[in-house]
Amino acid sequence: MALGSSVGVIGYGGYVPRFRIDAAEVDRVWKGPGMRPNGRVFKAVSGPDEDTITIAIQAARNAMKMAEIDPADIGAVWFGTESKPYAVKPTSTFVADAIGALPFSAAADWEFACKPGTEAMRAAAAMVGSGMSRYAMCGGADTAQSRPGDALEYHAGAGGAAFIMGPADESLAVLLGSTTYATNTPDFFRREGRSYPSHGQRFTGQPAYFHHIESAVARLFDELKVGPEDFTYAIFHQPNYQFPLRVGKALGFRKEQIEPFILTNMVGNTYSGALLLSFAYALDKVAPGDRILLASYGSGAGSDAASFLVTDRLAEVRSRGVPVQYYIDQGTPIDYAFYARYTQKIKLT
Amino acid sequence: MDIARLWRQQPSNIRLLGSRCRSCGVLTFPERVRCAECCSSELQAYQFKGDGELLVATTVYEAPRGFVDQVPYVAGLVRLVEGPIVAAMITDIEPDKVAVGMRVEMVTRRICSSGADDPIVYGYKFRPVAHHD
Repeated sequence: MALGSSVGVIGYGGYVPRFRIDAAEVDRVWKGPGMRPNGRVFKAVSGPDEDTITIAIQAARNAMKMAEIDPADIGAVWFGTESKPYAVKPTSTFVADAIGALPFSAAADWEFACKPGTEAMRAAAAMVGSGMSRYAMCGGADTAQSRPGDALEYHAGAGGAAFIMGPADESLAVLLGSTTYATNTPDFFRREGRSYPSHGQRFTGQPAYFHHIESAVARLFDELKVGPEDFTYAIFHQPNYQFPLRVGKALGFRKEQIEPFILTNMVGNTYSGALLLSFAYALDKVAPGDRILLASYGSGAGSDAASFLVTDRLAEVRSRGVPVQYYIDQGTPIDYAFYARYTQKIKLT
Repeated sequence: MDIARLWRQQPSNIRLLGSRCRSCGVLTFPERVRCAECCSSELQAYQFKGDGELLVATTVYEAPRGFVDQVPYVAGLVRLVEGPIVAAMITDIEPDKVAVGMRVEMVTRRICSSGADDPIVYGYKFRPVAHHD
């Protein structure tokens, strides 16, 4: 999808809950052979009064602070998540209500494992680009679920980010184009009524994460006639620290293009929030003229790839928002007992 | 919580929407249908910024039903910068770090839920102001 550079990001915001658990603490309790991640990993844990709705609302409010627009001009509020507090009732109506975008705004939740946020971003860009709406908000947030003792538990974190798409001439980063690649791949799923997802162990790697991201990015390169050398940075979905570096290397990127914006070791894999939170973290630090590649991954399976060009406007509006680093720095360590309590692994009723 | 009541209170709970009297200018929170000062019924919606100062606080260890999973939590009175005083829970801070006079800002959080077949009540809480460069 090449939009002719007519659409971009006019505001963004991230949010990470303050509690952190060290992967070494998870390891202390479960001693899973071969499961402990390399290096030091902390993951964010939502507090007892937080969930995906409250995370999405805070990210959306931070994006609105930066954008300084009339919320009535937002024609859609679309959030992606796989940890909806309500099985039936939209998360996005809460978000749209909180920022004052209702009632004349579309509001719906998107689900595609870890990638509905970029799916919503493409739709939001299309909505703005087609003239259906002046602005559209999209985002992703999760309180990532993981079975106690499972490999996922070492990384599954909590957090999210929101982006407001609007006309290119108001944008801090212009969307130059995007592609998608999807197949019907059963690498990771959560059945109806189950608390925790199941996954295909090593199957989640080569035929899933790597194949889909590589295919989406290769198509983007082809459509935009670009290569890895044309990007200042590349941000890939981050289920752990190693996967984005490996997929980037396979696509021809250097480590220095990828490593600055990997957050997994600081906040964990925030599932639907992960890629967009890293994009927000990157926009807090990049400079006008930088070109950024985004490539999401969602099990099930698919990848969206996009190319953004940072504009001079970023320097004008960035200070109005709340940097993702602020929330990273608020980290408050907890042990496995409090983690189990806050993530409702202990049922009181 | 009764669904109709929850729905009625939502603008105040989620957006911190109050009222401004067209007659005497007094600001009130939550929304009212009649001015508490001059009894005028000419009120308009007023969006509070969500910034304020903590006036008094206490730590709750024995909580009512629906709040048990949050103990110990801090409850207090916050004076909004626009004037009205709001009773609210204080979050994102350990109880022993709470200080009267601290600057706080509104966030939307889970307040309570009486059970899996009832709605989750979301509403305003206050947290220490986010300082950043």
